[in-house]
This record gives sequence, C-alpha cells and structure tokens, in this order.
Amino acid sequence: MPLITCEGVSFAYEGKQVLNNLNFQVNKGDYLCIVGENGAGKSTLVKGILGLKEPESGRIAFEEGLKPTEVGYLPQQADTQRDFPGGVFEIVLSGRLNSRGIKPFYSRTDKEIAMENLRALGIEDLKKKCYAELSGGQQQRVLLARALCATSKLLLLDEPVTGLDPKMTSDFYSLVRELNEHGITIIMVSHDLAGALTNADHIIHLGKSSHFFGTLDEYRESSLGKEFLGREV
Amino acid sequence: MNTFIEMLQYPFLQRALIVGILISICAALLGVSLVLKRYSMIGDGLSHVGFAALAIAYAFNTAPLMVSIPVCLVAAFFLLRLTENSKIKGDAATALLCSGALAIGVMTISLTQGMNTDVCNYMFGSILAMSREDVYLSVALSIVVMILYGFFYHKLFAVTFDEQFAKATGIKTNWYNMLLALLTSITVVLGMRMMGTLLISSLIVFPALTAMRVCKRFFSVILLSGILSIAEFVSGVYISYVFSTPTGASIVIVDIAVFMIFALYRRLMK
Repeated sequence: MPLITCEGVSFAYEGKQVLNNLNFQVNKGDYLCIVGENGAGKSTLVKGILGLKEPESGRIAFEEGLKPTEVGYLPQQADTQRDFPGGVFEIVLSGRLNSRGIKPFYSRTDKEIAMENLRALGIEDLKKKCYAELSGGQQQRVLLARALCATSKLLLLDEPVTGLDPKMTSDFYSLVRELNEHGITIIMVSHDLAGALTNADHIIHLGKSSHFFGTLDEYRESSLGKEFLGREV
Repeated sequence: MNTFIEMLQYPFLQRALIVGILISICAALLGVSLVLKRYSMIGDGLSHVGFAALAIAYAFNTAPLMVSIPVCLVAAFFLLRLTENSKIKGDAATALLCSGALAIGVMTISLTQGMNTDVCNYMFGSILAMSREDVYLSVALSIVVMILYGFFYHKLFAVTFDEQFAKATGIKTNWYNMLLALLTSITVVLGMRMMGTLLISSLIVFPALTAMRVCKRFFSVILLSGILSIAEFVSGVYISYVFSTPTGASIVIVDIAVFMIFALYRRLMK
C-alpha cells in the first residue's frame, strides 16, 4: 500500500484555482520531485500534503500508521525567521516536540537523537552557536536536522537549494540522497531541474493545463517532459 | 535608599509593587513570543478592549476583572487568528479594534450617571487602583500565567520560531496560540489599571526588545527581559514617588532610557 495517495485533488485560493485534479501515489522509499513553472501550485501541494491547507476537492490519504507527527518538513528559507534569537541545539531539539505529547520537557533520548542528527549532517560544532549568526547554508542544515528529528519516515523539502551556492547545492543533494538510501521517503519541490533529474526516481510536473506523474524515465519520454527539458537543458 | 524605605511604608505602594512586579514578569515572558511573532500591537488592542469592558462593568456595577478578562480573551483569540486567513490583515484589525473599543468605552462612561472616575485615570493608569481583593486575584493569576508559561515553554518556543513547521509536524499550534492569547489577555487586564490603557503595551514590548539587543538565545532573552522588566518597573515607581509623576508614564520613560542604552551598547560592540 502506498505511503501517500492523492486522488483528484484540487486547490484554490479565494475561489481561484491553482491546482486541478491531480492524482499520484508515493511509495515507501521513493524520491519524488515536484517541478513546474512559477505559480503552478508546487508549494501549495506541499502545504496540502502537510495538512496546512485543505484541498478544495479530492483527498490526500496517508497510509495507516503514518501520523502527522511522523513527518519532517524543511520549509522555504524565506518562511523562517533568520534573525531569531535561538540556539542551534534548541531549534534542532524542537523537532522532537511532536513525539512528546503533553509532556513538557525533553528526555535524554530526545537530546541523543538531536545530537545524532547534528552529527549526521556534520554540524555538531555548531551546537552551541546562535541561529541568527549562521550562514544561509548552515541555517539550512540546522533546519534539516530539525526535520530529521521529527521523522524517520517521510521528509518534505520545499525549494531546499534556493540561495545555496553550487558547492553547497551538490553537498545538499548527496546528503538527501544518503537519507533516501537509508529508507526515508523524500518529496522535494525544486526549481533546479538538473538537480531533480539526477536524484529523483519519480517526477510530478505541474503544468498550466495538464499534469504529469510517473517515473523519471517516463518523464523523459513524455511530451510535457520533452518540452520542459528541451527548453531548460 | 531612605526614600525607598519610606516609600515602602505605604500599604497602597506595597500592594502596587507586589502586583506590578508579578505582572511585569508575565508581560516580559509573553512579550518575547509576541514581538517575535510580529504581534507587538496586540497589547495595545487588548488594553483598549479591556478599557471598554471595564467601563461597561462599572456602568452595570459588576466585578470589573470578571467581565474584562473573558472579553479580552475573545478579542485576543480573534486577533491571533486573523493572520491565518482573512481579508483584513492583523495590523488593520488591531487598529479597528483599538479605536472601536475606545469609542465604546468613552461613550459608556459619558452616558453613565454618577460616575466620578476620571477618564484620564483609565487612560494613564493609577497606582491607587489596586484594592486588597484585586491584589489577591492579581497575585494568583500572575502565578498561574508563570506556571503555564514554564510548563509549555518548549511548545511556545516552537510555535514562536516556526509555526508552519510545528503545525506540519503535528503540534496543535491553534491550541498554543490560544494559550498565548489567554495568558496575554490576563496579563493586559491585570496590568492596565495600574499602567493605563495607553501604556500597558510598553510592559510587553520594551523589555523583550531591549533584551533582544544583547541576547542571542531564546532563554537568555526571556531571562534578561524578565529582570529588566522588574528593574524598570521598580525604578519607574520610585521616580513616580519622588517626583510625583504618573506611574505608568514614569515606567515607560525608564523603559525608553534602558532601551536606548542597550541599543547604543550593541552598536558600539559591532
């Protein structure tokens, strides 16, 4: 059974439709990339999957056993407060909150998991730093560590490489690929088509009139894909 | 120092100091979250609503705090929800609420027969406003605010830093926003009679902003904000006692001075 099933989903803002009749499935271990033009509804779709925005029609269903508290999310950088007075460790640790329930304080296990994720992303040395003082790439890693604290199953990344330089971008991609190889399902929205095509195994292309959903190879053969790729590459 | 001890001889000043210090702590704690969530104006909006509620409560001879706390809570919840999805944006809604509530309050006072209280007392606060019962209620409620804040500290941190992430990962953010609204309305209503409708939001905004000049971590911002808030309140009351100036205004003047010193310090350190 697929991890996420999306059937005939449409989204609208104040009556204006941004996404129409979309169908797709995400299976465990997939690496799905959502591409498309500006305003095609990529971020809206992510918000829909996360339950931040209700679809106007259709349904988005999670496999039984996948609760909202088991999803990790890396928001667009512009959405977070870059000058926030917070320490790196407390921010990463806040990813563990969703498993705490009503309990007010973090346990030793929570702190260990947070530490493990800092180590996994190679930013243990930032542990005691302040978030506001970090570079864009470092902040990105901190937020990714937080997302990993929140999940071991599904990770949604919204435009993760925007604002990163080419070196950081390729580092970031190999990091995500590694996570994927460890069994975490990845859903990524990206402007960076080249990056998407070298990493993902499934593609959703949101077009103005039609959508595409399929594997990477199918996408290369599809008319939508050919048109989009022909223009970009 | 002698003047300070002399000041403490007066029972009404003792009451004012006890309640004021507790409310200052609450306001400073909540202020950090409110300022970072871009809700700095909420204190102003709520105090105006509180003013209208107080005026109506006096007109009908009911217990003022029992009326104004629930009314403010509704207003606070309404203001916090607005940013999510609405055609009127948060700042515009606050402006509407402020002037609307003020008008209702002033109308009520002017239509009520035999009301001797000066509108000025409401607007700029009075240190004499605290009765013995008020003190008990204020002490109890501010302790509740502090306990709840401590208990939900980590959640409030998460909701302040990144509400979308918290919501997406299954934290009941609406619930915590409501908690923030509840705590803020209690604090505003308790503080507004001493500080005045027009000046209460200074208790929420100044200590938090001042602490953010120098501190880079959430907890240290909160800690410094609380300490500053108490110090500023006590010095304000002291100045007000020595120079016979209105309490609320004296506190705000101290707030401004401390803020400028911290801002200058930060500039020099860079």
